[in-house]
Amino acid sequence: MEEDKVTNPVKLVIIGGSAGSLEVVLKVLALITDKPSFALVIVMHRKSGEDSLLEELLAIKTKIKVQAVEDKTEMKPATIYIAPSDYHLLFEKNSTLSLDTSEKVNYSRPSIDVSFESAADVYGSDLVGILLSGANSDGTEGLAAIKAAGGTTIVQDPETAETPYMPKYAIQHLQPDYILDAKGIAAFLNLIDKNSPDKAA
Amino acid sequence: MIDDRELEILINEIFEYHGFDFGGYSRASLKRRVDRLYNLDRFTNFSQFLMKIREQPDYFKRMIEEITVNVTEMFRDPQFYKVLRTEIIPVLATKPFIRIWHAGCSTGEEVYSMAIMLKEANVLHKSLLYATDINPLVLDTAKEGVFPLRMMQQYSENYIASGGKEDFSKYYTANYGLAKLGGELSEKMVYSLHNLVSDGSFNEFDLILCRNVMIYFDKDLQERALNLFDDSLAKLGYLALGTKETLKFSQLKSRYQQINPNKLWKKIK
Repeated sequence: MEEDKVTNPVKLVIIGGSAGSLEVVLKVLALITDKPSFALVIVMHRKSGEDSLLEELLAIKTKIKVQAVEDKTEMKPATIYIAPSDYHLLFEKNSTLSLDTSEKVNYSRPSIDVSFESAADVYGSDLVGILLSGANSDGTEGLAAIKAAGGTTIVQDPETAETPYMPKYAIQHLQPDYILDAKGIAAFLNLIDKNSPDKAA
Repeated sequence: MIDDRELEILINEIFEYHGFDFGGYSRASLKRRVDRLYNLDRFTNFSQFLMKIREQPDYFKRMIEEITVNVTEMFRDPQFYKVLRTEIIPVLATKPFIRIWHAGCSTGEEVYSMAIMLKEANVLHKSLLYATDINPLVLDTAKEGVFPLRMMQQYSENYIASGGKEDFSKYYTANYGLAKLGGELSEKMVYSLHNLVSDGSFNEFDLILCRNVMIYFDKDLQERALNLFDDSLAKLGYLALGTKETLKFSQLKSRYQQINPNKLWKKIK
């Protein structure tokens, strides 16, 4: 893996996933350090009204703090934030999260594209965007925005995805920095953590 | 795509030329909405976009319609309506007169939902539902009470999930793909333009609903709006916010008691 790719201090890692992505998220979370130097935002398509269920599930499976998102929640490092169902999740310049009930994008709310684009606008090269398994084309335009803003893009290896359409679609339309399986994604995140200015040297 | 500097120029110009102040709006969301309009109308040059907004009142009107979010549903979050129906309306029903304010009512789905519940509780005749929005076009739709017929299936399910016992279809008449609500339901509704950024309190209410409106504001403007609601709420009145909104960050927090786990607060001081 090219260790020199991540030169900026990564402030935010944003993960987008749909069908078949929950398992990957759980696998990745189990393998990464308990106190990462970055904040972690997860945007996952799902039925509305299942927010606390997913939050509780993740909280059981990881030692990293899981924080429920309300409008204008302030993001902190070493914390996981999950986009609530039926809202788009947006990023403000002052590290707070905003919610938005506007039209669905790619038949989805939350839409991965919407959150990726907003994160790219605010975090630029301090951002890592990861797109996982899914059955829809959401996320590809968002990854392109992250790439254009100088961030790092990772797509789950479609071979390892339960529903490969979403990662495949992304790879067909752009060249991600890395194509990795769950283990590879975790290793990458641990590497950023190790290289963060707070922890290096 | 417009950049941050252009967005600030636009905000200033809108205020200067049209008197609408978007300065307290959440930038992430506003930028996305403006970008969407800019692309939708195929602008390639920011100055042309700005000039059109400045000089063409019709286009400015279009802009307001397009950048404000008007996505709403009848009985959205049925559990919330269930609490209104079972816990709040029975309390309000003991009053001689019930005044309710829907702040940021958009096309009125929430107002009609409320009217249905008040009617079923036999208190609609002594209620007044004030509904306000910044966008005149949505108020026209709300007044007419005409919604797409294809939505009625979903609304009917929401209604049942909220504890509704009647046949939902009795509340509308279907015609050419449209569902017309109204008649008795709309008799107690008063629609009016009101801007939460710049307008003040205009009455005292027993219940104020402002759901998924303040998410488009920054924290300072949220505080202003909350103070406006506080000024407009009778003691022991109720404030209802969206499922992901909170009083937690507000100075007013200590004067309200949350009715858990739903997004309803009772004014206790």
